[in-house]
Amino acid sequence: MARGQPPPPNVTVMTIRGLARRIAAHPPPGPFRRGFWRSPLRGPWFTAVLSAALLPGITVLFLTGLASYTAYDPNLAPVNDATPDKGLLGSWLPLWPAGPSWLYWLNQGIHVTLGLVLIPVVLAKLWSVLPKLFEWPPVRSPVQFAERVSLLLLVAGAVFELVTGVMNIQYYYAWPFGFYQAHYYGAWVFMSAFVVHVGLKLRRMVLSLRGRSLLRELRTPLADVVPEQVPDPDHLAASDPAPATISRRGALGLVGAGSLVLLALSVGQTVAGWARPTALLAPRGQSVGNGPGQFQVNKTAAAVGVTRVDETWRLELRGPAPVALSRAELLRMAQHTARLPIACVEGWSTGLQTWSGVRLADLAAVAGAPDASTVFVESIQRGGPFRSVTLAANQLHAADTLLALRVNGVDLPLDHGYPARLIGPALPGVHNTKWVGRMTFLVAA
Amino acid sequence: MRGRDWVALLALLASFVVAGYAAQRLLAGHVPGIVGWFLGSGVGHDFLLFPVYAGLDAALVLLLRRRPGLATVRGVPWLNHLRVPVALSGLLLMVWSPLILRVPVAAYAAASGLSPQPYLPRWLAVTGVLFAASAVLLAIRALRRTWRSGRLTA
Repeated sequence: MARGQPPPPNVTVMTIRGLARRIAAHPPPGPFRRGFWRSPLRGPWFTAVLSAALLPGITVLFLTGLASYTAYDPNLAPVNDATPDKGLLGSWLPLWPAGPSWLYWLNQGIHVTLGLVLIPVVLAKLWSVLPKLFEWPPVRSPVQFAERVSLLLLVAGAVFELVTGVMNIQYYYAWPFGFYQAHYYGAWVFMSAFVVHVGLKLRRMVLSLRGRSLLRELRTPLADVVPEQVPDPDHLAASDPAPATISRRGALGLVGAGSLVLLALSVGQTVAGWARPTALLAPRGQSVGNGPGQFQVNKTAAAVGVTRVDETWRLELRGPAPVALSRAELLRMAQHTARLPIACVEGWSTGLQTWSGVRLADLAAVAGAPDASTVFVESIQRGGPFRSVTLAANQLHAADTLLALRVNGVDLPLDHGYPARLIGPALPGVHNTKWVGRMTFLVAA
Repeated sequence: MRGRDWVALLALLASFVVAGYAAQRLLAGHVPGIVGWFLGSGVGHDFLLFPVYAGLDAALVLLLRRRPGLATVRGVPWLNHLRVPVALSGLLLMVWSPLILRVPVAAYAAASGLSPQPYLPRWLAVTGVLFAASAVLLAIRALRRTWRSGRLTA
């Protein structure tokens, strides 16, 4: 083509553009037409209020989830690691601290309870942006298409995390995959979409929030509700709004009430003690009894096939000076007492119990490894996950990390790990191994 | 595309790399299971939950609009006095349905040593309290309205 001449019109491109324009101008009937969505409450401000609650909420949810994952010390030993293929998604995590004793209790209480509390907010947010799912034309540009794919990961990821979490705390394992892997890797899929979503929408959220006063909205009764009249580039507000049947404050109040009801009827299982009976619908809202050995059990002895432990039981200590000790011999060693909670990944807790037994550090010395760097603890239970654990040096040498023999002044009940169990500060519940049969102390070379 | 669009596209592509890295590990568990549950989570609200609750609500609103006489108790509309307890009770049922409907009974009882029996009656009791509280509130509002209008006409 000679210079200066206009390029010949590209007939194919023009036809495709014309076709695209014609398709865009004729959305199919139903939800693809703006007039289909008639709620006068939808709009950028309403969505932004929900987003403003979800942004900090989900951030805390992710951080406490990551902390809980870290608490298992997955990088310390393969036996602690349910996700050996994690690679960049966790191989850099530090060791979990051995205190304060309530650290895991608080972390997991927040993670599970906040997750429940956010459910109504997520549902309301999905309701508020539903017209976007049916925007027409479905694809306008490469960026918009990429964002829609990302939104699918965002929505699916959020609901997937909530559903797997909620089912797991109710022992409803209806999926053909492992909870730990699914909930952890699913969280990363979700967060990848969440971070970019926040980046793309934060400015719009702030502008939308500024466009309307929350206080004024809270003073506006049903009769005075008008559709949002603010810049609405996402077309969230109805083009042909129906008369309001609930005020905007009423709808937000309903979402808040949903969160409040979920909170009130479940937080007691975390707080434990006097608060437990308030957790009417939470899995661990029932009292086990009032006796000294009666508090919440993660897995009963029967559930993992431990029926009876007799006099022949010995604790096998492995190290430079291997030795086997009977329960009577353990009771003759220096006994130490510690007030510690058991806090489960499922969010519930036993509250503080008074444990007494032998310090792990003393047992390490008996086995000839006073400066052991790790200890591998094995239960006599035959099946089930978490029948063994490796503890790091910080936990092993902590003053309150015990091989407990008694609790609240009585011998350990079988369900709580008789004849001897591990108990340590800030350990995730399942790392307090019950029915301990063998400990292997290792000294780093 | 404008400069901002390029930044957005790059950010999105970067996020897909992270998501792909995590998804590869997620899928290692069970490909059809993960794909099914993940996509099901993506459309669960929009194509299952929403049509049900929005459909029922729209039918009720339509009915009350056609029969305005039904819509009020002594001049006070009761629609939201029904909506709120239904929504809260439904939310609790949705979240705690495995325990309330006693689906994982054996697993729950074996692990915790607790009875799975109380959850259905407890949910029914909470539902009853929610409806009763809403009804009491409606009655108070209706009485106040009657009392006020009585004072005005007196």
